[in-house]
Amino acid sequence: MIPVFNKQKKHMLALKALRAGQSPAPSAEEACPGCGATTPKQTLSRSLYVCPACGYHHHISGYFRLSLVLDSGSFRELDENLTSNDPLCFPGYGEKLAAMQQKTGIAEAVVTAAGRIDGRKVAVGVLDSRFLMGSMSAAVGEKVTRLIEYAGKNRLPLIIFSASGGARMQEGILSLMQMAKTSAVLARFSQRGGLFISVLTDPTTGGVSASFANLGDIVLAEPGALIGFAGPRVIEQTIGQKLPEGFQRAEFQEEHGFVDQVVPRRELRGVLSQLLTLHTRGGGA
Amino acid sequence: MSGLRAAERVAIARHGGRPGVAEYIEGLFTDFFEQRGDRQSREDPSILGGIALYRGKPVTVLGTRKGTTLEDHLKFNFGMPGPEGYRKALRIMKQAEKFGRPVVTFIDTSGAYPGMEAEARGQGEAIARNLFEMSRLQVPVVAVICGEAGSGGALALGVANTVLMLENAIYSVLSPEGFASILWKDANRSAEASELMKLTAPDLLELGVIDGIIPEPPGGAHLDPAFQLQAVDKALSTALSALSKIGELSIAGHRYKKFRAMGGSAYEEGD
Repeated sequence: MIPVFNKQKKHMLALKALRAGQSPAPSAEEACPGCGATTPKQTLSRSLYVCPACGYHHHISGYFRLSLVLDSGSFRELDENLTSNDPLCFPGYGEKLAAMQQKTGIAEAVVTAAGRIDGRKVAVGVLDSRFLMGSMSAAVGEKVTRLIEYAGKNRLPLIIFSASGGARMQEGILSLMQMAKTSAVLARFSQRGGLFISVLTDPTTGGVSASFANLGDIVLAEPGALIGFAGPRVIEQTIGQKLPEGFQRAEFQEEHGFVDQVVPRRELRGVLSQLLTLHTRGGGA
Repeated sequence: MSGLRAAERVAIARHGGRPGVAEYIEGLFTDFFEQRGDRQSREDPSILGGIALYRGKPVTVLGTRKGTTLEDHLKFNFGMPGPEGYRKALRIMKQAEKFGRPVVTFIDTSGAYPGMEAEARGQGEAIARNLFEMSRLQVPVVAVICGEAGSGGALALGVANTVLMLENAIYSVLSPEGFASILWKDANRSAEASELMKLTAPDLLELGVIDGIIPEPPGGAHLDPAFQLQAVDKALSTALSALSKIGELSIAGHRYKKFRAMGGSAYEEGD
């Protein structure tokens, strides 16, 4: 029990540090992939990693995302040690996983947790694009599945932030099967009246877009997020021309009817809280 | 045939002379009534489907089709459906549920069409919706992978109680070419990718992804289509009659249990 407790404590302290905006070194700067402007990391951290110049939403880690959304101190991680065991014995994959774990401090490309938003209990998952592009391994599929089951069992609203390049190539067909698995478990959750809010962040493509990410009762997206099944490069190869500006972006998906609302990062927690209130049976009490 | 390398099976799986959904419907089903359109925007002919009698009993039968002539390849978009195709498929599968008919799907596609219109109309959402709804259909579903089955575009017709696969068919997360190009930035290493991907029927049976293998004549289905039709007929009737014993109330649960367990030995609890 003690090591687990220590881990949780460590995570909670990390979250606290992030909330206080203390983590970046004072001198560090970061260039914006959107407009090129350099901003001190401390400023970026205070602006929730949204570029003050152009509004570009930087990629953020799973833990940082949770710190923006959950009530302080309410975070309790689930299945944090679940990891891939390289099922196809794919050359070089084991080393790659180890390097990723070392770099990101997480065991797999999704963080799942129980927590509260304005006092209301939720089950929440965040795919972390820093870990092999947030790709869906069997372990990721299993963690998402267990999160859905946890939400169902405890009758909690489910929120998943997606950020994924799609399938985990090194797990081949087993990665593909996670699409069916997560969708089937969601169908059961939905049938029993569960609320699922899916938040699409940059990028949400491939197998994740063609499974749970697109199955929300409510689908939200962060501004500018790339959202699609086929990636832009694959489409450009197919049609032999460049794609127009803004194609497959969050605003495009909203316009085409696949996203309820595009919500800027600083408003997200408020919108989630509002949605939880709106789904309270018998009113907002 | 067991001595074939994966890359050789890939070539056989893609042979233009292999029977496809149209040939299986023509040869094994009677009274086929084709159902067209998704009732939302258009008809997608890369998926053929409708109602027919199989051994005298009504079933809904559908599948991706490539066609055999260049004209048909173009008309059927080389067997790569758009979202309208998947929505049509879902429409007729839901109808099968309403009328208590089993569903039989035939899968032979390199994948969903990666085009601009397909994306603008929600290719990802359409596939996701099929996985979601197919998982809880309250009628038996049998899928037959008869050629190549690539990516979510194949899985969208593959959430079945029983997934059967022809001996030389392939089923993979992505085409070997796409796989090699993503992983090694070199599509020419597709043969090497084929060996690593575990995309052959024997590999997939071992991984628990499919439930049975349908034998092919020596050299592949295209060399003796009559043999092939007979072999598929035998496997299909066996599968359907086994599923008919499960009962209406448990059939979705049977399918659910199978997919819930997918990849169950591919992860572990670390420390």
